[in-house]
Amino acid sequence: MPCLCAGETQELRAELQSGQREKKVDAVKKVIANMTVGKDVSALFTDVVNCIQTENIELKKLVYLYLINYAKTQPDTALLAVNTFVKDANDPNPLVRALAIRTMGCIRVERITEYLCEPLARCLKDDDPYVRKTAAMCVAKLYDISAELVVDRGFVDSLRDLVSDPNPTVVANAVAALNEIAETSGDDSVLELSTSALQKLLAALNECTEWGQVSILDALAKYAPSDAKDATSIIERVGPRLQHANSAVVMSAVKVILRYMKCVDAESEQASGLRKKLAPPLVTLLNSELEEITYVALRNINLIVQSDPRILEGEIKVFFCKYNDPIYVKLEKLEIMIRLVSERNVDQVLLEFKEYAQEVDVDFVRRAVRAIGRCAIKLEKAAQRCINVLLELIQTKVNYVVQEAVIVTKDIFRRYPQKYESIIATLCENLESLDEPEAKASMIWIIGEYAEQIENADDLLETFLESFADETSPVQLQLLTAAVKLFLKQPSLTSSHDMVQRALSLATDDANFVNPDLRDRGLVYWRLLSSNPDAAKAVVLADKPTIADDTHALDADLLDDLLGRIATLASVFHKPPEAFVARDARAGLGGAQADDVEAYDDFDLEVAPDGVASPDVDDQQQQHQRAPPLDVAKPPNGGAPVDPFGGASSAAASVPAAVAPPAAKQGNGEVDLLDMDGFDGLDGGGPAVPAVPAPRALAPPSGLLDLAPGGTPPLSSSPSSMPPPPPRRAKAVVCQPSQQSGGLGIAACFDLVDGRPALELDVSNRSARPVRSLAIQFNKSPFGVAPASAQLTFSQPISPASVASYTVPVVCAPQMVNHQAFDPNAPQLQIQIAMKNNDTGAVFYYAVPLPFDVLWSPDGAVERSTFIETWKSIDDALETFGTVNDLPTGPSIEAAQHKLVAKHAFHVARRSVPNAEGQEVVYFSIKTIGPDHYHFLVELTFKAGFNACKICVKTTAQPFAHLAKAAIENILRSP
Amino acid sequence: MTLSCLFVMDLKGKVIISRNYRGDVPMSVSEKFAQYIQEKDETEMRPIFTDEGYTFAYIKHNNLYLMCATKRNSNVALLLMYLHRLMGVFKDYFGELDEESIRDNFVIIYELMDETMDFGYPQAMDSKILREFITQESNRHVSAPRPPVAVTNAVSWRSEGIKHRKNEIFLDVIEKLNLLVSSTGAVLNSEIVGAIKMKSFLSGMPELKLGLNDKLMFEATGRPMTRGKAVELEDIKFHQCVRLARFENDRTISFIPPDGEFDLMTYRLSTHVKPLIWVEAVVEPHSHSRIEYMIKAKSQFKSRSVANSVDIIVPVPHDVDSPSFKSSIGTVTYLPDRNAIVWSIKQFNGAREYLMRAHFGLPSVSSEDPEHWKAPIECRFEIPYFTVSGIQVRYLKIIEKSGYQALPWVRYITQNGDYQLRMV
Repeated sequence: MPCLCAGETQELRAELQSGQREKKVDAVKKVIANMTVGKDVSALFTDVVNCIQTENIELKKLVYLYLINYAKTQPDTALLAVNTFVKDANDPNPLVRALAIRTMGCIRVERITEYLCEPLARCLKDDDPYVRKTAAMCVAKLYDISAELVVDRGFVDSLRDLVSDPNPTVVANAVAALNEIAETSGDDSVLELSTSALQKLLAALNECTEWGQVSILDALAKYAPSDAKDATSIIERVGPRLQHANSAVVMSAVKVILRYMKCVDAESEQASGLRKKLAPPLVTLLNSELEEITYVALRNINLIVQSDPRILEGEIKVFFCKYNDPIYVKLEKLEIMIRLVSERNVDQVLLEFKEYAQEVDVDFVRRAVRAIGRCAIKLEKAAQRCINVLLELIQTKVNYVVQEAVIVTKDIFRRYPQKYESIIATLCENLESLDEPEAKASMIWIIGEYAEQIENADDLLETFLESFADETSPVQLQLLTAAVKLFLKQPSLTSSHDMVQRALSLATDDANFVNPDLRDRGLVYWRLLSSNPDAAKAVVLADKPTIADDTHALDADLLDDLLGRIATLASVFHKPPEAFVARDARAGLGGAQADDVEAYDDFDLEVAPDGVASPDVDDQQQQHQRAPPLDVAKPPNGGAPVDPFGGASSAAASVPAAVAPPAAKQGNGEVDLLDMDGFDGLDGGGPAVPAVPAPRALAPPSGLLDLAPGGTPPLSSSPSSMPPPPPRRAKAVVCQPSQQSGGLGIAACFDLVDGRPALELDVSNRSARPVRSLAIQFNKSPFGVAPASAQLTFSQPISPASVASYTVPVVCAPQMVNHQAFDPNAPQLQIQIAMKNNDTGAVFYYAVPLPFDVLWSPDGAVERSTFIETWKSIDDALETFGTVNDLPTGPSIEAAQHKLVAKHAFHVARRSVPNAEGQEVVYFSIKTIGPDHYHFLVELTFKAGFNACKICVKTTAQPFAHLAKAAIENILRSP
Repeated sequence: MTLSCLFVMDLKGKVIISRNYRGDVPMSVSEKFAQYIQEKDETEMRPIFTDEGYTFAYIKHNNLYLMCATKRNSNVALLLMYLHRLMGVFKDYFGELDEESIRDNFVIIYELMDETMDFGYPQAMDSKILREFITQESNRHVSAPRPPVAVTNAVSWRSEGIKHRKNEIFLDVIEKLNLLVSSTGAVLNSEIVGAIKMKSFLSGMPELKLGLNDKLMFEATGRPMTRGKAVELEDIKFHQCVRLARFENDRTISFIPPDGEFDLMTYRLSTHVKPLIWVEAVVEPHSHSRIEYMIKAKSQFKSRSVANSVDIIVPVPHDVDSPSFKSSIGTVTYLPDRNAIVWSIKQFNGAREYLMRAHFGLPSVSSEDPEHWKAPIECRFEIPYFTVSGIQVRYLKIIEKSGYQALPWVRYITQNGDYQLRMV
């Protein structure tokens, strides 16, 4: 930061010390002017602070402003100002009192804060509402600096009192401050309102400023109505706000009404009346003079129509794009139009889409073409009309229009197999304009799929095959599959047969080792074709499940959450707040800056996530299910399962030698299907065929060949001779594949693996590229859990459309401990995790629940005497109780004990309870890993003849007691 | 719903003045914003974006950006409205808002930034009230100003004790017609966006009641409409002075107006409206030599009304040359920078039809650029003494305890809004 030169500083100092008021004011102004342009004027701190005692309010404001900016740099000198602050807070002029309180709250210097409490308490009860409203906000400021101070001084209660203040502006600020505190502390109970306070709020809604109305409405949106009647009465009071000129008020009112409508029967007359009432204000929001507001409104309307399209079903016309709409507005309108399109309005909508498809902006044009395809997929009865429009567009011969049309046509075929084939001829006329991989891949898929109906399918494929080496991997994969399809459909055709050989050899050629997917798919086909052509037919030409248009559709839970956050950033990004609010852990994952911005634009061009990049995914799935036929090819020396990753050569060499397909015999190329010499070379000239993986090895743990769409757990590859592993926790999907995650989906859980805590991951890759390695980082947590290694490198890249499992050992690191991150009311611990795809740089976030028992240390055993001592030393008030009924293991104490011991709860003693016949108690000791080593003492009480047990947990780590109790309950309930 | 810091920046993203309200976002985030506006492709820019956990929302005015940053899940509608309103306050204070006026008034700007927002929550934003205690001449104040009662009052937009020698109030009913016509001549969407603007010069604390020929009001009160027809307004938005709960109850528009100019209400009707001015274009392109236009304009309103300052804007290819025009009325000009011709007609009477022909040369080597072919024809006009919706002010009752008589003046105007006719 540039500083003032010495001369200037001297001069200003002299002026600041001047006795003339005018001169002083001018000097402070000059100082502030320098501050404004970014010069460092902290050298004048003392001189400026000395000007603070003045009657001139303008001068005072300037000095205060200066203090706010520089107090942190010179806290000691800033303390000089405290006296003035305290005096000003008693000034007869309310403006001065408020100014002092407002400024003190902004000076984030602890020692000054201490002096704030007294004046603040007084100002909260000031006669002048201007002072009270400023003081209310100051409580929120103080909470941000020192939450304890606010709680200790009872300021939260003072705020609650102010909610019933006679002045509406004070009420609004008090609610805003409470809202703020609830958000900062994560404790919504701060906002809990009594019925009378609620009535006060609703009354203030009619009287306070428009900004205050937003505060009140946002607080109401968090309030849970007790019943339908309660909800209805609040909706009635909030309803008039829909008529407010301020769009922010309208949007918050919409939020409250939608929230409370959930208590009203959705089919009732009342609900339909409310829907009618909501539509006009939503439409008006689009007419805002502010394009930015229109954008926010559109993003929110997108959410609203997803949850209930009836609200705007008759209004599709208002979403028609105007020529001069900004592009971000146009794209949003398009999205909403697709959501609202129905058989009633489809003709008009198609005309619009056609119009857009002829505009200038390439991105928008593509979206429009795609929108036509999505209409066809959505509305079966209108599909033919959509296709006619697509045909008209293809006739324009505009390169990118044709390509986009080809891509959507493929999706239409996937939705309506064996229908609308007439379009194929037109598509085939436009092959030469295809130069984008996605369009090419789609066209090739169509040719393969409809090979028997395309007269010159072989010629067409031949043209593509010529440039095989230069194509991208999705195109190569499609070419390979299409060649196989053609061969299976028309085996009599010589050309088809030549082609399949060429395709197979190109795919398995060692030049393609960079692309193991292609090679593996080639080998699978090869083996299928050579062993059992009928099976090959059944697999490759199997019926595919049809697709539906669910582009950009949000998960129901997320949608519901977002509807409660209307008008906030989350509703604009369509992401939960955790996904974009700043967190401490972010700093470590550098390099994400530029990409992040991209990540929030979920305007991806993809249609169904699994529909585009690899239309043959389903083929692959079929292969899986039909894996057994491969057994036919069991080679003579095939026996023990072999690590399928032993090397490319062993996998390659596993092509059976025994069975020759008839086709191969006629082969005239240099590469015969049986030409094992070709593979010998790979094997270092060895005598080939070391071993063949057992059929199930086709789905190795890394999911190399598991081309099933994400979410399907890979088949187990553990050899059957191993003892059955202990029951594992089920992984839960914690991150859906999305644009932000770069197409990666994550299912995860924390569990003990070999007695040590670990994070178990299933990474499913829905992107078009293989994933080689990921970086992982945990956010700080109360136990300091951290991955043992920040890098996950896969021995084999996770290829597109496959799933890989990975176990990340977890350790506890003191520097990762953050006690603030613990919410004592949360039912379980959650670890926030950031992951970065090292190949693409995409960073994404998710949270995984951390079962408490995973944190139990293996060295938690204690001596009996120590246990008894500790037990006695802890106050009985710190006991936490629970009961588990219907134990799955029956009333057996041993069984329960066994289960707990397996989880590192150490058995200490067992005894019968004196004076209570049939009652027995068992004691356990539990210690947690991590730097803090919390100790939990557990007592289980059983009563003979009752299949139940009582749990008592005693600990000094009281905040975690309920977690320990819950974990024990869960263990006991587990089968 | 908070914002953390506020920046006023120039077009390159250089900070002119800023204010940090919460201290949880470093002021250096302005650099990230500067990077965004400089490096992002225009089509990729969004008015709201996130970068490393910091979210930015901004509006642009003249050659300035007004930007705020937050790291919470803030109420972004509120942030944008605040920015917009703050811009309005600045304009009220300094006239036109630009870099210079901000630099010249930085002390006042700081004061305004402090008074309109506290800890990221908008406070008083009415410039008339703000002026009562934040003034450019505070040096000359004999005694320190006090906060006006209005700042915290339920009536936060009007101070007590206002005096006018002549008590008058002016009402302008201005309707804008939004219209989208397809290339086949079908009306795709038509919509009336109306506003009732007021200029109030009334003394004291007057209670006003406005009566419109609102169909729902007649239904609500059960009174029959005596003459003329009633209008069904689809959605109405009111200035904060109007008592919304009262309106919800019995459709009465009652309020205490601010002093001076304000928009009392806006309303919207999406009824099917006959395009007031219909334009048809016949284009005959002769590739590589010339292009000819025949434009027909027809007024479809009553013959006793007149549309003033009619501009019909027709897009032409960007590489045309040697224009020549022939029209039965008005003047035609070629605007090369907009790639359009403008046919201006000072007075266009109702139920008339006029023709205009334009002729251009085309270069023999032409770059095929479809852009200006696809732009729609636009039309601007203003028709006084007429509203498309038929809305009427039936009465404006003014009651003040001093009992003065005040005169309401009412004026009706219809204008074009987004008025677009797509070309074939």
